[in-house]
Amino acid sequence: MSMNKDTILKVEDLKTYFPTRTGIFKAVDGVSFELKRGKTLCVVGESGSGKSVTARSILQIVDKPGRIESGSVLLTRADGSLTDLAKLDPRGKDIRSVRGKEIAMIFQEPMSSLSPVHRIGTQIGEALRIHFGTPKKEQRERVLELLRQVEIPRPETAIDRYTFEFSGGMRQRVMIAMALACNPQVLIADEPTTALDVTTQAEILDLIKKLQQSHGMAVLFITHDMGVVAEIADEVLVMYRGKVMERGPVEQIFHAPQDDYTRRLIGSVVKLEKKAEVRLTRTAIPAEAAPLLDVKNLSLTFPSGLKAVDDVSLTVRPGETLGIVGESGSGKTTMGRCLLRIYDPQAGAIDFRRPDGKTVDIRTADRAELKNIRREVRMIFQDPVGSLSPRKNVGQIIAEPLKLAGMRGRELDDRVAELMAQVDLEPAWRERYPHAFSGGQRQRIGIARAIAVKPRLIVADEATSALDVSLRSQMLDLMMKLQDELGLSYVFISHDMSVIRYMCDRVAVMYRGRIVETGDTDQVVNHPQHDYTRALLSAIPHPDPRDRRIHKRFRYDPARTVSANG
Amino acid sequence: MTDITSLPPDTGPSFNLSGKDMAVAGQWRLFWLKFKKHRIALASLVIIVFMYLVAAFADFIAPFDPNATNARFTYAPPQALSLFHDGSFQPNVKQLKMTLNTESMRREFQPDPAKPVKVGFFVKAQQPYYLLGLVPMQTKLFGLTNPQVGDSLYIFGADRLGRDIFSRVVHGAKISLSIGLVGVFMSLILGVTIGGISGFFGGGADLAIQRFIELLRSIPTIPLWMGLAAAIPVGWPPLRTYFVITLIVSLIGWTSLAREVRGKFLSLRSEDFVIAARLDGMSEIGIIFSHLVPSFMSHIIATLTLAIPSMILAETALSFLGIGLQPPIISWGVLLQEAQNIRAVAQAPWLLFTPAAAIVISVLSLNFLGDGLRDAADPYESVS
Repeated sequence: MSMNKDTILKVEDLKTYFPTRTGIFKAVDGVSFELKRGKTLCVVGESGSGKSVTARSILQIVDKPGRIESGSVLLTRADGSLTDLAKLDPRGKDIRSVRGKEIAMIFQEPMSSLSPVHRIGTQIGEALRIHFGTPKKEQRERVLELLRQVEIPRPETAIDRYTFEFSGGMRQRVMIAMALACNPQVLIADEPTTALDVTTQAEILDLIKKLQQSHGMAVLFITHDMGVVAEIADEVLVMYRGKVMERGPVEQIFHAPQDDYTRRLIGSVVKLEKKAEVRLTRTAIPAEAAPLLDVKNLSLTFPSGLKAVDDVSLTVRPGETLGIVGESGSGKTTMGRCLLRIYDPQAGAIDFRRPDGKTVDIRTADRAELKNIRREVRMIFQDPVGSLSPRKNVGQIIAEPLKLAGMRGRELDDRVAELMAQVDLEPAWRERYPHAFSGGQRQRIGIARAIAVKPRLIVADEATSALDVSLRSQMLDLMMKLQDELGLSYVFISHDMSVIRYMCDRVAVMYRGRIVETGDTDQVVNHPQHDYTRALLSAIPHPDPRDRRIHKRFRYDPARTVSANG
Repeated sequence: MTDITSLPPDTGPSFNLSGKDMAVAGQWRLFWLKFKKHRIALASLVIIVFMYLVAAFADFIAPFDPNATNARFTYAPPQALSLFHDGSFQPNVKQLKMTLNTESMRREFQPDPAKPVKVGFFVKAQQPYYLLGLVPMQTKLFGLTNPQVGDSLYIFGADRLGRDIFSRVVHGAKISLSIGLVGVFMSLILGVTIGGISGFFGGGADLAIQRFIELLRSIPTIPLWMGLAAAIPVGWPPLRTYFVITLIVSLIGWTSLAREVRGKFLSLRSEDFVIAARLDGMSEIGIIFSHLVPSFMSHIIATLTLAIPSMILAETALSFLGIGLQPPIISWGVLLQEAQNIRAVAQAPWLLFTPAAAIVISVLSLNFLGDGLRDAADPYESVS
C-alpha cells in the first residue's frame, strides 16, 4: 500500500449502489482516482452521472437506501497513517473525526446548507468546538480570521448576523469559511457555484483557488460546467452513468480527448462557443423592416416598491431573434412576462404589429383583443416540470390551445401528431404522461404547445437553462429549425451568454431592471460598450484550459454602491 | 454536427420503473400505486369497507330487534359461542341460569353446560323487516334456530333492559358512521365553496373569510355545540334532530377544509402550467375545472377522510353528554350514555367496552386510511 507522498486521498474501484424495487441502481460503478496536495480534480458529468454520489461516498453521507458496495477510500491522515474510510461505520466516531476536520465539504445550495436560526459566528465556531474544543473567546478570534480569509466585508459585524441577511455569494463564502475552520487537507466542493450568477461564480472560483494555494489543500470539485473545469482543474474525471469515461490532465481532456463520450461532450460545449451554423447561411434582416414588436419605455413597479422593469425600450423585427441577457434579479423574466400581460406594466407601450399591418398596444389591449394576441405571441417556460400539468397526457397538453381555438375531432388529432413529429417526438407517445419524459423531451412538448396555434412571436424564458449542455444545442437547433419553417421571431431570455451568442441576432443586456446595452450579438460580445456588459462577459468561464481568463476579469462597480451583502 | 446528435439517446428518467405501463399511468393509477405501499392504510381500508357494509346491512346482521327488551336478562353477561356439542358440529351457546344474590341484591348468571341453545345461520326472524329499507326479508344472518322461553343469545351481553348489545352496536353503526359522512359532505360543500371564493378572489373577500374562520375556531367547541343543541326543540322527530346535529358538527369541520382549498388555490394559481393555460386563452372557470380541481381533488379526498373521524367523535361526545341524539335513536354515543354511572360499569363492563371498541376501531382505521391517502395524494412529488 505504498502511496505517493503527495497523494492525500486515493479512491479505488468505488461502488455505491441503490437498491430499488426493480433491481439495483449502480450510481457509482467502479470509480478510481487520486487527490494530490495542492491540486484540483474536477469531476464532470451530466445530471444523473453519479458525480455527487461519488463525493458523498467519500464521507459516507450517501442518502438512504444507497450504500457503499465495495472499493476503498484511503486517506492519509495528518499523522501519516492510512485509513480506509469506506470501512468505517457511517455513524461511528472515527468517520466523524474525519468529516469537517480532515475532509470538508461545501454544497450547491448555500441557503439550505446553513441554519437560519444561528448566527454566522456560532455556525462557523461549531466545527472548532466539536473538533478542538476551542474556548469561546479564541473561537471568535479564529472565526473573524476565517471571515477575513474568505473576504467577507466588515467581518466584525458580519459575525453576528444571520444567514438570511446575506446574498447567495456571501452565503457561499460563509460555507467556505466553515469548511476551512479546521484546516482540512481535502475540500470537496459539490457544484458550489451552480446556484450563483456568473460574476459571483467568478469571485467564488477565485477565492477557492487562492485558499487552496495558501492552505495546500487538495480540492475535489464537482461541476457540470465545462467552462468552470477549464478554468480551475488540474486533472479531470469525466463520468457518465456511474462509470468513469476518461481521466486525465485538463489539457488532454480538452484538446486530445481519448474517449468518445468526452469528445462528444467537449464537442457540444465548443459548439456553443460560436454562432450557430444555421444562422451563417441566413440572409440578413433588413434594419429598416417595420418592427414586429416595439416596446417603448416600459415600466413595472411591484407593490413592494421594487422597480422590476425600469424604462425598457426594445424592438423585435420579423424573423429575428432578440436575446435578453442578465443576471438573476435583473428583471428579464418579469419583462418577458409583461410582453404577454401576465404582469400588468404601469407605464409605456408594447406595440405589436398584427398580420394586417395594424399595430395594437398589448399593454392596454382589452380582454378579447388580448385573447387574439396571445395566439400570435406565445411563451416557452423555463421549468420543464412545472409548465406541464402532470395530470394530463401529452396529447391533451398539446391539444389544449387548439381546442380553445375551436379545433375538434380528426383534424385535432392529426394536428397534434403533426406537431409532435415537428418537435421530434414520437406521435405514438401522445397517451403518455409528462412524468414518463426526460427534461429535454418535456421541453419539446412545451415547444409543441407554443407553436400549435401558428404564432408569430415566441417569448422563450430560459428555455434551455434546466437542460444538460449536450441537450442545449439540440434544443436551440430545433428552435431555429422551427423559426425557418414557420417564420417565427423569438425573444430569447437567458442568463447564459454562450446560448445567446449561438442563437440570437441581436442582444439586449439587462441590469437591475434597465437595459444597459443593445446591439448586434457579434458587436456586443466582441466589443461591449457598457462596463457591466464587459464585466459579465469577462466573468464567463472559457472552456479552454490554455486560455484561462476569469482571474483577469473586469469588475463592474456601479455608481450606486453595493451594500455589504449585495 | 453529427457528433452531437449521436450523443446518448435522451432516454426517460430512471424512476420509470415498470416501463410502458407507468408512462401512460394517469393520476389515479399513480395514486393507487403509492397508496398500495402503505400497508396499514390498506388494512384500514378493508376494515372501513367492512364496517360500512355492516352498517348498511345492520337489519340482516343484528340477530335481534335492538329495542326488544327482556326483563329476565337484565345485565346478562356475554355468552361464549361453542362450535361443537356432543362431538358433532353444532354451534351453540349455553343457557343462562339466573340466581338472585340476596346479599348484594344482584342477579347473577351462570351458563348451564347441560342446556345448549342451538345457534344457526340464516334463521327466520321474529319479525319481517325491509333490508336497506327496500327489500322485504325475514331472514337473519344468524340467530337462535328454535327460540324457547329462557333461551338467549347475547354475544356481547345485555343492558339494563335486557336488550342485546351486539344488535344495538350494529344498529348504532348506521347512525354513527353515516353522521360522519353526512357531516363531512356538508363540510365539503361549505369548505370548497367558501375556501374557493377566498382563494380565487383574494383581497377583501379573502380577508373577511379568513378572519371569520379564525373567529369560528376560537369559540370553544363543546359550549358552542351545547348552546346550539339546546336550541333543538324536544318535540322534534328523531330524524330531524339527527339532521340538525350533523349540521352542528359540520359547522366547525368546514373551516379546516376551506383553508386547505384556499391554500391549494393560491399555490396552484402561480404554477407555470396554469399560466400556460391562461395564455392559451382558457377562461378562469375553465382553468378551475380543468386544471385546479383535478390537481387538488386527491388532497380533498384525503382531508375528507381525516375529517370523518372527528365528526364521529363529535357526535359521540354530544350524545354522551346527553345533548346530541336521544334514545330511542341508537348511536354509539347514545350507547355510551348507558355506561355513564360507575355502578353499571362495575356490574356490566361490556356496556362500556363494546361501543367504545367500535368507536376506537373505526376512528383509528379512518385516521390511518386518511394518512395513507394524504401520503399518496400527490403522486408526483417523489417522481418529479
